[in-house]
Amino acid sequence: VHELSVAHALVTAVLSAVADTAEPVAEVHVQVGALCGVVPAALEFAYDVACAGTPLAGSRLVVEHRPAVVHCAACDADAVVPGALVLVCPTCGTATGDVRAGRELDVTHVVLHDAPVGVGA
Amino acid sequence: VTRIVQLRRGILEKNDEYAASLRARFTSAGVTVSNWVSSPGTGKTALLEAVLVAAGDRGVAAGALVGDCATDNDARRLARSGAPVRQIVTESMCHLEADMVGKHLDDVDLAGLDLLVIENVGNLVCPTAYDLGEDLRVALLSVTEGEDKPAKYPALFHSADVVVITKMDIADAVEWDRPAAVAALTAVNPTAPVLFTSARTGAGVDELLDLLRSTRPREAS
Repeated sequence: VHELSVAHALVTAVLSAVADTAEPVAEVHVQVGALCGVVPAALEFAYDVACAGTPLAGSRLVVEHRPAVVHCAACDADAVVPGALVLVCPTCGTATGDVRAGRELDVTHVVLHDAPVGVGA
Repeated sequence: VTRIVQLRRGILEKNDEYAASLRARFTSAGVTVSNWVSSPGTGKTALLEAVLVAAGDRGVAAGALVGDCATDNDARRLARSGAPVRQIVTESMCHLEADMVGKHLDDVDLAGLDLLVIENVGNLVCPTAYDLGEDLRVALLSVTEGEDKPAKYPALFHSADVVVITKMDIADAVEWDRPAAVAALTAVNPTAPVLFTSARTGAGVDELLDLLRSTRPREAS
C-alpha cells in the first residue's frame, strides 16, 4: 500500500516541474522496474486518489513496465530476466547479481494539451 | 495543441535527496547505519535486543530507531539494554521514509555512536524503494516463514546487502530446509552474505555485530 506514498511523491514532482506552464497536463508517463517493489496497477489506482483536488485531477497515468536486465559474465551479454524474478542468465543459467536495468521508478515525461476553444474560463 | 515536456527524474527524488543528506550526516558523525527489514514476526526486535546487549558488553556504542504503526512497546523493550532508543510511530504507514528518520535524530548524539540500527516497519514490500541513508540494508528471514519467501518477495530480498536467518534454535523442530532457503535467496540475490542467528541462544549475534562494525560509513555521493 506504499503506492499511495509513491503517487503523492509523483504528483508533487510533476506539479513542481510544470509550475510555469499554462496548459493542463493530460498524461503523466512513468517507468516502473520489476525490481523496485511498486505494483503498476496499485500505482494507477493510487494516482487518481493522489491527483484529486490538484491541477493534475483528470490526467492519465501511463505506466511503462521495465523488466529486469542482468549482465552475464560467462556469455558477456545482457539478457532480460523473464517472468518470475530469478537472477540467472536465461541463456546459460549462471547466477548473476549484475543488474543493468529493472530498478527504475522514474517519471519520464508529461503530455500537455491546450484546452479546446470555448472551454474553460 | 499537444506538447511533451521531458522530465527524467526519480519519482522518489525528494526521499533520495533527504536520504543523501542523512548519509552525509551519518558519515561525518562516524556512525555505521543499518536498515533492518522483514515480515512482522520474524524476530527483528528480539535479535536487535541481543545485538544491543552484545554491543554494550563489548564497549561498542550502539543505538536504535524502531518503526511501528502504533505503540512504543519495542522502544521500551529495547531500552532495557541501556542503549539510546527512539520509537518512530508511523500512524499506520507501512514503511519508513528518510524524513521520518531525520526528525527522530535531533536529540540523538550521533557522534557518540558507533552503530545505529533502524528497525523498519514489518513489511516485505513497501520499504524496498525507500533509501533511509543507511550503509547496509539487512533483510531478515525466520525459519518459520517458508523457504521460498525470497521468491515471493524478490524485490526486497534483492535490495539487501546482508541476509540474516533468525530463530535457528527451532530450525529442526519446524523441519527448515536450509539448502532450499539458501537457493531461494541466491536466486534473487547472489551476492549478499547470509548469517544464521538465534536471539535465544545467541548464535550468530557476535558475527552480525562484527559485520556491522566492519562496515565503514558510506561516502556521501
